[in-house]
Amino acid sequence: MSDIPPAIELVGISKAFGPVQANKDISIRVMPGTIHGIIGENGAGKSTLMSILYGFYKADAGEIFIAGQKTQIPDSQAAIAAGIGMVFQHFKLVQNFSVLENVVLGAEDGALLRPSLAKARKQLKSLAEEYELHVDPDAIIEDLGVGMQQRVEILKALYRHADILILDEPTGVLTPPEADQLFRILGRLKAEGKTIILITHKLREIMDITDTVSVMRRGEMDSTVKTSETNPADLAERMVGRKVLLRVDKTPAKPKDVVLEVRDLNITDAKGVHRLKGVSFNVRAGEILGIAGVSGNGQSELLEVLGGYEKATGEILLNGVPLDLTGAHSDGQSRRARGIAHVPEDRQHEGLIMDFSAWENTAFGYHHDPDYQINALLMDNAAILRDAQEKMDRFDVRPADPLLSAKNFSGGNQQKIVVAREIERDPDLLLVGQPTRGVDIGAIEFIHQQIVALRDAGKAILLVSVELDEIMGLSDRIAVMFDGKIMGERLPENTNEKELGLLMAGVTDGESA
Amino acid sequence: MDFFTIVQLGDASVRMAIPLLLACLAGLFSERAGIFDIGLEGKMLAAAFVSAAVSYTSGSVWVGLLAGIGISVVLAIIHGIASITFKGNQLISGVAINFFAAGLTVVIAQGWFAQGGRTPSLPQDARFNGLDFPGALSRMRDKMQASPGMQFYSEFVSGHSILVYLGLLAVPLSWWILYRTRFGLRLRAVGEAPEAVDTAGISVVRLRFSAVIICGILCGIAGAYLSTAVQAGFTKDMTANRGFIALAALIFAKWRPWYALGACLLFGLFFAIDIRFSNIQLQIIWIMVLLLGCAAALTIYAVRREKIDVIVLGGLSAVLAAVAFTAWFATASADGISIFAALWETVKVPSQLIQSLPYLFVVIVLAGFVGKAIPPRAGGQPYVKER
Amino acid sequence: MDKMPKWADVALVPVVSLIIAALISAIVFVAVGQNPWEALKLMAYGAVGTSDFLGYTLFYATNFIFTGLAVAVAFHASLFNIGGEGQVLLGGLGAAIVVLFVPWPHWTLALIAGATAAAVFGALWVAIPAYLQARRGSHIVITTIMFNFMASGVLIYMLSGPLKPDGNMQIATAIFPEASHLPSLNDIAGLFGSDLFGRSPVNISILIALLACVAVWALIWHTRLGYQIRALGRSESAAKYAGISAVNITMIALLISGGLAGMMAVNNTMGINTPQLVDNAAGGAGFIGIAVALMGRNHPVGIIIAALLFGALYQGGAELSAATSIPVQIVVVIQALVIMFTGALDEMVRAPIEKLFIRFGRSRVAGE
Repeated sequence: MSDIPPAIELVGISKAFGPVQANKDISIRVMPGTIHGIIGENGAGKSTLMSILYGFYKADAGEIFIAGQKTQIPDSQAAIAAGIGMVFQHFKLVQNFSVLENVVLGAEDGALLRPSLAKARKQLKSLAEEYELHVDPDAIIEDLGVGMQQRVEILKALYRHADILILDEPTGVLTPPEADQLFRILGRLKAEGKTIILITHKLREIMDITDTVSVMRRGEMDSTVKTSETNPADLAERMVGRKVLLRVDKTPAKPKDVVLEVRDLNITDAKGVHRLKGVSFNVRAGEILGIAGVSGNGQSELLEVLGGYEKATGEILLNGVPLDLTGAHSDGQSRRARGIAHVPEDRQHEGLIMDFSAWENTAFGYHHDPDYQINALLMDNAAILRDAQEKMDRFDVRPADPLLSAKNFSGGNQQKIVVAREIERDPDLLLVGQPTRGVDIGAIEFIHQQIVALRDAGKAILLVSVELDEIMGLSDRIAVMFDGKIMGERLPENTNEKELGLLMAGVTDGESA
Repeated sequence: MDFFTIVQLGDASVRMAIPLLLACLAGLFSERAGIFDIGLEGKMLAAAFVSAAVSYTSGSVWVGLLAGIGISVVLAIIHGIASITFKGNQLISGVAINFFAAGLTVVIAQGWFAQGGRTPSLPQDARFNGLDFPGALSRMRDKMQASPGMQFYSEFVSGHSILVYLGLLAVPLSWWILYRTRFGLRLRAVGEAPEAVDTAGISVVRLRFSAVIICGILCGIAGAYLSTAVQAGFTKDMTANRGFIALAALIFAKWRPWYALGACLLFGLFFAIDIRFSNIQLQIIWIMVLLLGCAAALTIYAVRREKIDVIVLGGLSAVLAAVAFTAWFATASADGISIFAALWETVKVPSQLIQSLPYLFVVIVLAGFVGKAIPPRAGGQPYVKER
Repeated sequence: MDKMPKWADVALVPVVSLIIAALISAIVFVAVGQNPWEALKLMAYGAVGTSDFLGYTLFYATNFIFTGLAVAVAFHASLFNIGGEGQVLLGGLGAAIVVLFVPWPHWTLALIAGATAAAVFGALWVAIPAYLQARRGSHIVITTIMFNFMASGVLIYMLSGPLKPDGNMQIATAIFPEASHLPSLNDIAGLFGSDLFGRSPVNISILIALLACVAVWALIWHTRLGYQIRALGRSESAAKYAGISAVNITMIALLISGGLAGMMAVNNTMGINTPQLVDNAAGGAGFIGIAVALMGRNHPVGIIIAALLFGALYQGGAELSAATSIPVQIVVVIQALVIMFTGALDEMVRAPIEKLFIRFGRSRVAGE
């Protein structure tokens, strides 16, 4: 190492949230003018560590050195003063403010607004030219796309003269081309001498853009290596702590009759935006249809229509019989009665009631099941409890205590409770949204196996995921959604990530050729 | 109705609108910062008592005003501690403050003055009196004979207490603070996206407390106005739900200062009507037209919608129709005349109904039939850093 | 694992809150020149000192059980029904109408009819706010407060007009027919030669109140409707996913709430010594129900305990104000403090207690 001090040095950082140790004695050095990747599984503590560096959380123990100087960062103000900027995974923007107001917020020049805004407008223009970060300063945030909003976040940091820029999972909401553009911008920033920390769980990004990479696992720092001296398999092993099967074991599908047929489905939301534009596809018994796409391109709405809590026009046939899309039978209860089970995208806000105990959640959505009733009036809580215990044992939920509140289980175990509830209903059609988001690797494998087993039992499965690896690994057929439309269907054996990535960005075959 | 009556009605409307306006702006600052405050009522009531009591004891209405503001700010800070520091339920905290003020004002008034939970009547110089503008007529007889312009100037423009002019001035001032200053930008931001404010290095807690304190100050002035300018002393529950009406006006005003002025003047008009015309007579035919018209409108609205709308609004229509016909037939049988002759009879509208008009209008405003409003996005939720 | 044992959550936290509220009330007593210890003794005597006083305490507790249950059912759906006061008044109107205009042959029939009418009127009075909340998102707190005011307008109009007996100066209905008078508990005690409840109005409706507690308990924790109410109250988005209709459940929960509040009329209108409907029939019970529900943790058992406590407070406070210069509004102050500490400042009380439990190592972490 040369004698230039590291841009950032963290020594012995620890942080606990109640009984959960999110960061344990973490030390890391980031050299100036480099792009430093931090990779790790969901819940490995990456975001917590960076939030500490940004003063969003306060560490329980440890020291922070900026450019060799020991620095206290009790709040974000101190971090900003130390030249640190952060782009959070969920943007911290005021939705009904203009770009200009968002950039100025907290970095005003005086008690009156006008001069600050005028100055910011000039600055923004020069920053835009310097880094190719063009945004209309008077646009209202909620009218901008996610890519643009991310630019505003970067501009906010640069406006505050950040020398160190932290980006937390910046590509999660971007299409592959947008991500490439972001990486070009990051390259430019690096060339200007800025230090960049990139938090991600995507190996490809680490390999493509970083200079050095640190691997975190279960709240601890595993190792820091030069990117040029490692490879994806090695990093994956470090992330998980053991060799991982990157492929799902499954036999070829034996599709039978069409179970689900969707024809020309359209949704227009309250603001008049078309969320679904003439979506048509079908799913057969015994196959998994994977829907790929960047989040926010209509996949959620599609699941909601099928699950019975969003109205739509068009036609959906289940086993040849139409589903009610607007009337009295367009609700979740009617869908369940028709044999549709649904593992929703957001288990914390949809799939589970976090304050309910595990056994109460076992009956969730199926509270009208005759097996759960003593008579017309009273529910049979004992029967639900027994059923919950059985399911938790079979799905290896830990701890297998049905009396515990859902919020006290880890993400993977919460998801197992939901999957157990839905799969054990033996549905004709299973809807699965983001089955492994925020789930640890062990549980991922288990959940994938369960989904494949249901397919092998001759059921139809519609899988929606933003993880391309998951789509490629599980699906028997892949449909790609972009801007509310199905851009095309592919067979996993005849396609690759690049082709799917282009479809996800709305580039059709003709244009790419 | 002659011109002078209209001027008088306008004058009364303004007078009645001022406490609503001050409370409404108080709520505006608080809610724009993301803190719901259902305790405006309690703060006004406490301030009304304290400012009357202190004005009486000290003999200076300005000392009373300051004391009233003081107690209101203390209650506001308690609300802040509950809802900002301890992230408690803002509705429950507000309700508790209302009861606290309702109970404690009477208990202390009794302990202090022993006049059955009220303060003694304030002497002239311990009150806010009307300011007579130069050239304005002050005697009622002169005013009635003056030209319309003079009537307007003397009755409507001149003659209010200084707090009325302050209250009106608070509107442009609030607008300027919200939209033209750094503090206003941050205040609006913290009610929409506290996480954006936090990551921008600004203290959410300090900002919200400032808002809550401003709310306390404005409620304090509103309360003092009631007991030292509108009336000469404190009486039990004298705020009479104005705090809640102010909240409805705030929603009606879409959380904007100038709209708030309009909304409060409208509610002020309702109060003025109640004060001035306690005895309103209507012909049965008009009652029928009004009630049956409402019933028909509700029914037409409901049938195009869902079952629940038909049941509830249909039921309401039936009740309105039943009331109309009852009034009609009862008049006929009471006066011993034919059903058709009864249509032209006049009856007195129950005073309870007139008094209920502002409250009824609040419900209609909240029902959103008078324009749908989008509240501040982070309103009512304590700010918890996400994990 | 949860941070502290269940008993601490349901008992220790409310008791500590109550103690804090009591201490602050003591300061208020000192401020108005009253010895708090003497005041407490006077109130205790006023609450249970004689059989009359004890009976009144139970009479008020009966009121508060109804309104406490009403607030609690709405709370389970995350709805704040602050309109109990108006619903009680309308319930009284309903009971008065069926009892005055139908010649019931026996009090049991009058009780059933009166209770039904009271519940229906109470429920109808909350129907509009409930509908506006469910369908238009209008804030139930403000609309029900407005309806409280309008309820008293309706009642005064009815009592000074259509329901006013000829030649009566008082703003009240006629006294209900003899056959509809409910037996007081003292009448029942009298069968055993006892005079336990003196001349107090505590009556058979306390049993109705206890039955209502059982019914609410079964409803909330043992029926599908209760399950759906709780699910909606905890997570609206999850309820949507599960196919639970927010509109229907909001309406039903509030109608039940209004019905329970209305049923209080059985006690305070039909059950009093001279059964009739008077203009201030609710007497703040609708509001005390908020404190009772919060303190009782929305559970019927807790509500019974809290209602007894507030019954004692209400009755003791009345005796206190008769004996000293302290007005009855002192009860409103205590009620406010209880709402503040058990409701909004719950976290302030809870956090230190939780910390104590964590320090003493009673917690476990759910395994991965």
